[in-house]
Amino acid sequence: MHALLANLTAPLQAADEAFDPIATPEIEWFTIVPLLVLVGAALGLMTLTAITRRPLFGGFYPLATSVAAIGAAVCTWPIWDRIQDPERGPFTALAGAIGVDGFSVFMTVVICSSVVVAALLADGYLKREGLDGPELYVLLLLSASGGVVMAAANDLIVLFLGLEILSLAVYTLAAMHLRRVTSQEAGLKYFVLGSFASAFLLYGIALTYGATGSTNLVEILGYLTQVALFDNGLLLAGMAMLLVGLLFKVAAAPFHAWTPDVYQGAPSPVVAYMASGVKAAGFAGLIRVLYLGFQTYRVDWQPVIYAVAILTLLVGALMAVVQTDVKRMLAYSSINHAGFVLVAVQAATERGVQASMFYLASYTFLVGGSFAIITIVGRTGDDRHTLDDYRGLAKARPALALVFALLLFSQAGVPFTSGFFAKFYAIAAAVDAGSYPLAAVAMLTAVIAAFLYLRITVSMFLGDVDDADIPERRTLPVPVGAAIALVICVVVTLGVGIFPHVLTGPAGDATAVLVGF
Amino acid sequence: MLAANLAFPLLTAAILVPLAGALLIALVPATRREVIRPLAVLFSATTGAFTLWMLGAFDRSDAGFQFATSHTWIEEFGIGWNLGVDGISLFLVVLSGVLFPLTFVAVTPKHDPKAYYAWLLMLQAGCIGAFSALDLFLFFIFFEIVLVPMYFLIGGWGYGQRIYAALKFFLFTMFGSALMLVGIVSLAFLDRDAALERSEVASEELAGLQESIDVREVSGVDVPQEEYDRLDELTASVEGADQLTFDLVEIAEGRAEALAADQAAIDAGEMEARDSWNPLDWEAAKWIFLAFALAFAVKVPLFPLHTWLPDAHTQAPTAGSVILAGVMLKLGTYGFVRFGLYLFPDASLFFAPVIATLGVIGILYGAVVATMQKDIKRLVAYSSVAHLGFIALGTFAMTTQGIGGGVLQMVNHGISTGALFLLLGMLYERRHTYDIAAMSGLQKATPVLAGVFTLVMLSSIGLPGLNGFVGEFLVLAGAYLTLKWWAVVAAAGVILAALYLLWAYQRVFHGEPTEEDLATPDMRVGELAYMAPLLVLIVFLGVYPKPVLERIEPSVAALVSHIEGATDFEEPTAATSGFSGEAADDHGDADDHGEGE
Repeated sequence: MHALLANLTAPLQAADEAFDPIATPEIEWFTIVPLLVLVGAALGLMTLTAITRRPLFGGFYPLATSVAAIGAAVCTWPIWDRIQDPERGPFTALAGAIGVDGFSVFMTVVICSSVVVAALLADGYLKREGLDGPELYVLLLLSASGGVVMAAANDLIVLFLGLEILSLAVYTLAAMHLRRVTSQEAGLKYFVLGSFASAFLLYGIALTYGATGSTNLVEILGYLTQVALFDNGLLLAGMAMLLVGLLFKVAAAPFHAWTPDVYQGAPSPVVAYMASGVKAAGFAGLIRVLYLGFQTYRVDWQPVIYAVAILTLLVGALMAVVQTDVKRMLAYSSINHAGFVLVAVQAATERGVQASMFYLASYTFLVGGSFAIITIVGRTGDDRHTLDDYRGLAKARPALALVFALLLFSQAGVPFTSGFFAKFYAIAAAVDAGSYPLAAVAMLTAVIAAFLYLRITVSMFLGDVDDADIPERRTLPVPVGAAIALVICVVVTLGVGIFPHVLTGPAGDATAVLVGF
Repeated sequence: MLAANLAFPLLTAAILVPLAGALLIALVPATRREVIRPLAVLFSATTGAFTLWMLGAFDRSDAGFQFATSHTWIEEFGIGWNLGVDGISLFLVVLSGVLFPLTFVAVTPKHDPKAYYAWLLMLQAGCIGAFSALDLFLFFIFFEIVLVPMYFLIGGWGYGQRIYAALKFFLFTMFGSALMLVGIVSLAFLDRDAALERSEVASEELAGLQESIDVREVSGVDVPQEEYDRLDELTASVEGADQLTFDLVEIAEGRAEALAADQAAIDAGEMEARDSWNPLDWEAAKWIFLAFALAFAVKVPLFPLHTWLPDAHTQAPTAGSVILAGVMLKLGTYGFVRFGLYLFPDASLFFAPVIATLGVIGILYGAVVATMQKDIKRLVAYSSVAHLGFIALGTFAMTTQGIGGGVLQMVNHGISTGALFLLLGMLYERRHTYDIAAMSGLQKATPVLAGVFTLVMLSSIGLPGLNGFVGEFLVLAGAYLTLKWWAVVAAAGVILAALYLLWAYQRVFHGEPTEEDLATPDMRVGELAYMAPLLVLIVFLGVYPKPVLERIEPSVAALVSHIEGATDFEEPTAATSGFSGEAADDHGDADDHGEGE
């Protein structure tokens, strides 16, 4: 107890001496331009619609959202340039609250791309369901701004802020479909469980602060490097709580229980965003906390991530196979994919970060495209999601079926697609770190999960076709937005599958700093 | 020769042309369906022509890889588009090149010709790629990608149980190869680790050398040029050490070198057993070999992983069965030779008895189960299990004759089983059944078909004078030298093959024909025309296998000496004299060799 108190007070005293109450932090505005663009666009869009009461022209909302997201991504260019300049390199800004490094820039771009895809899908969806309005787009942009904050957070409090901005928007998004009870249910479920997870995270921050005297990741790292804690129970408890909160967000087992229900109930375009953007932001936070703050405690967290990865891989693959609802299938398959990212994360090497970034980036387009198809096949009411609803799709809409098959095979890890390289890099990272059994388990679950993708393909291509259904399915409307999204996703999936260095290059450049800190 | 001089990338072309064909066919509008088949034949025949060109330009005295191309693909991982063929893969590439256009001419799909030909062309590209890849990663990619077209072919154009068969095929094979990917990646990383370790030793030497040179330079003493050369050499080896590579030849030769050093130490009594980390820990080598072996064993298939094969063969459309048996099964046996023996001489030697045993079980089991089949297509499918057991036995006998016989047998099996499946396709077209009991006395109605069937069947049985015999004989002769009792038991399989095939033939073609049987039309001229090349090959390779054997032999001999150099394995002297000269003379009197043991 005494030792504990000493632990608690020593850093505080040290901090007291260093603290200068008058200093206000200097704000390097250019480092948060992407964030400002996202938030500004959200507020602007809201204000504008309050004045005009209707979109300026058809497709204005998705266009504005996409432009904002792409703009935010483009605004990262000068930052990236500055970071890559060997003389200047990465730095912290806003009094150390955010880290401006390759990793945060890369993840910002990933999150922005997921916003673009989701916005393109939402257009047709909202019109079809008679829900058109700016709300979804505004929330999407706000949520993404939270994600961007998480990706750059260098302070646990900032991380928490980012997480809450992200989550609150997504809770609402999940409940967006007014007339579907399941959508309301999904929103509520996600909200209740998510708040619970946030509480864990907050408690973890408190405990970590208690143990190290700081919430700043760099300072935590500095403290842990200098001070050897003999009694580190408090710190470990804090770390565990932080992990619970973050693993919940990325839907890792055993904190995955919300995923299938929420994915099934939430509007399909929103699910596309949840599976890509939210997951990417969650992993960004996880990687920052583990790789930066708790770098020296790698021996303690690595086995935990190892175990969680195995559990996540198995739960995702095994549960996916027994589903009959395609949305639930993909929900479980996204759990399996989260497991693969964890395989890369647990490597605790530069290669591991690079592999996770590659995985998240390529998965964004895989899952975005997949949910584009699901949105289309779901039809008005968003409830045609059983395997039977896909039967004979290859006859009725061959192009649609072929694209879905491509995206599914890519998720299964078939070569010449981005999904294969994503898996390959994750496995390589694990093998490089000596985790051979983990790599083997991961690949075996990939085979189990392949069964699920094949089931959907069988249904589309090979199932006995009831001719009566064909004419109806032939009329499946493909909105322009969804078509554009599909083209983007297919191009990225195949392009990265053949020339992976277009993505590994930036991912490799982005890692250097975070890990080698 | 022309190809070698012009540096025209024949192999790359042989992979890209069918791929381009597949894309082009996918773009043909629905109103111009009639051009699809000619296009498919054109593209696959062009590919076939490329492979035949390679056959002609192949330098038979060269045991190394020819027509090699090498381009960096993923620099960070040292992955390259490395292709090349040697005597072992040459005929498999040619087989893939030739068998595809033949099936295009022979069989037309019942529906959706566009997708059907597109998938088949992709399959052709994948097969040629897998047989010619000299990069572990590239090989894996091709090995894996061929599953997709085959899955769609079985599922889309197959018979009653097609979906079940397609799923089973895909999942079984993917299960096998999943661990191979882990194995490949582990191998590359361990190889790099070993290189790093060597470079540490080198960098110590480098530092010492640098210092002594510096001292002498400062004091004006002459430094001999050799020392500067050594300095450059060491610097290069230290600098490149952390670069990963997936290059098959580089890894295999590096391993062999280190294993040879180990072996020398063991022989000199300096080391008790192979346990060094040099470049691969012996334990790790065993595990990685097993990961590879699992993938190949599923593909071959070896007993007890064969259960996908009868389903896939039986349910696949005729073209699917021909390609599956003729080309795709060889990916497994070829993998054993190229990525088993060549890459892991040590572990292959260690596991040889196990795999040979599984091969022998496959020979007997396949034969016995084939005998009991009611469905003639299933019977032929099980006969493949038996035939490929022979190839596995020959490969793991590790003698020149055994491996060479195995390679030849891969080609033979491709020709004769391919031909058998084509004939069965004709039978089905006429009678709409594969049920043996539903047919009898067909010989009366279809004398030509019966005659052709007899020839192909006898080739499959291994009748002297036909191609099957040469391979089987070499395998048994080669296996007898190192795996005596395995060879003795396997020889019984030769008799069993005669039993099940002859019995099936008897039931279908002999006996009293019913009216329906009598109404069965005989082979048409067109059908005979596309069977003719296969029939000619069956006879030609049986009578005069020399042109094939003399191309296979140098590479196989090099492989055997590669194994000998890396391990304590020594090929029994009787086998070292080679076979390409003898084999042709031998088979007159060798008829009882096979079973005489």
